[in-house]
Amino acid sequence: MTDEVIRTENLIKNFGKLEVLKGISTSIHKGEVVSIIGPSGGGKSTFLRCLNLLEKPTAGKVYFNDTDISDKSINIQQYRQKIGMVFQNFNVFPHLTVLDNITLSPILERKISKAEAEKEAMELLKSVGLEDKAYEYPKKLSGGQKQRLSIVRALAMHPEVMLFDEPTSALDPEMVKEVLQIIAQLAKSGMTTVIVTHEMAFAREVSDRIIFISDGVIKEEGSPNVIFTSPKDPSTIRFLSKIL
Amino acid sequence: MSIVTVFAGTILGIIIALMRMSRNKLIRIISDVYVEVIRGLPALVQLYFFWLLFPKMLPFEISDTTSIVVAFIVNASAYISEIIRAGIEAVDIGQWEAARSLGLSEANVFLKVIFPQTIKNILPALCNEFISTIKGTSLASVFFINELTTGYKTVASATFLALESLCIAGAIYLMLNVALSKLVKILERKLKESD
Ligand SMILES: Nc1ncnc2c1ncn2[C@@H]1O[C@H](COP(=O)(O)OP(=O)(O)OP(=O)(O)O)[C@@H](O)[C@H]1O
Ligand SMILES: [Mg+2]
Repeated sequence: MTDEVIRTENLIKNFGKLEVLKGISTSIHKGEVVSIIGPSGGGKSTFLRCLNLLEKPTAGKVYFNDTDISDKSINIQQYRQKIGMVFQNFNVFPHLTVLDNITLSPILERKISKAEAEKEAMELLKSVGLEDKAYEYPKKLSGGQKQRLSIVRALAMHPEVMLFDEPTSALDPEMVKEVLQIIAQLAKSGMTTVIVTHEMAFAREVSDRIIFISDGVIKEEGSPNVIFTSPKDPSTIRFLSKIL
Repeated sequence: MSIVTVFAGTILGIIIALMRMSRNKLIRIISDVYVEVIRGLPALVQLYFFWLLFPKMLPFEISDTTSIVVAFIVNASAYISEIIRAGIEAVDIGQWEAARSLGLSEANVFLKVIFPQTIKNILPALCNEFISTIKGTSLASVFFINELTTGYKTVASATFLALESLCIAGAIYLMLNVALSKLVKILERKLKESD
């Protein structure tokens, strides 16, 4: 198929003797919003981190637009520019102002001028209600604001796909909504999105497809309606009954 | 002379620190041994080495002052590289990952994201090291070189014996210190497990 942005083939990842991913094959299509759910330790984060090669697969392949980016000889840097990632712990750069957090990579790697990068960054900041924080350091931001910053920092590279690893798990409850709202907006705008989340209501609302990962394999996948109302795999049923 | 030493020692220290975190095992081992040996040997032994043996190993002439400066640079670089390595390791792994995920080159990841945070962390320790280096070199520049010469002359009659015992004493010091630093490493690892 031509509209696959990401495809994995029999992805395997071991940490020493621990087999974390035991062969995951799936595709993410252009414009698709995919939520990954599953029990803690099941390998969700590891799978996501294999997609931009933050973890090197032990075996199997990762394709981005039909290029095998898990190939050792490939320069992963240029592909990572097209794969945005948002982390649970924000990972904003504390030594840079909010504005410089966003413009750092566009200036260095997209090679656009500082003026252009800042203009774009200000627009992005405005879109998440942070324009008045542009010259502050991240220290002064709340958790929710940091996460909003890290989202627009990734967007400033004009990615073709966005990966989110539990973007709201480190947030105080009252800040979860503001971040989920931004992700939902982004997803609805057509951004190809993969999100690992424990926010089931959110996953159900925004996703085109739900992937349930447990024990390092995809136990079940399908539309939110199917997964949440009539799951077939016993482990999915067990997981959902515990969580809903 | 002090300025030269601090400057060159820092540059060399950064290079050694990077070598110690290299993916290449051989480079890692070489730089580890370099640091362990220099930290394990008493400064006096190192000075003697650079003043007596080092000039003989070179195909060209160097002055006493130059060889002493080299000794200080090498000595300082080992300590500075340790400070820098600890500082780099103190930066949250998430910073590396976020920087890489933005598609920054490895050089930019290090220079624009990791290193600025490292510097901030290690500034106090680095200043201490600079001060003691400067103290050491200024001491050497006014009087140590003469001191070494006269001191050496008094035992000149027993040259080989002196060198030998120097080597033996050096080896004992080295073993003690290497054992000690291994112990500290084990302790550090134990401490890390808890957080
Ligand atoms: N760098 C690593 N080294 C060793 N083991 C690891 C590493 N990263 C993850 N693991 C292990 O791999 C397994 C899967 O971890 P992973 O983070 O992918 O799970 P997860 O599904 O994201 O769980 P959670 O919902 O808790 O985030 C766990 O047992 C974890 O301890
Ligand atoms: Mg996880």
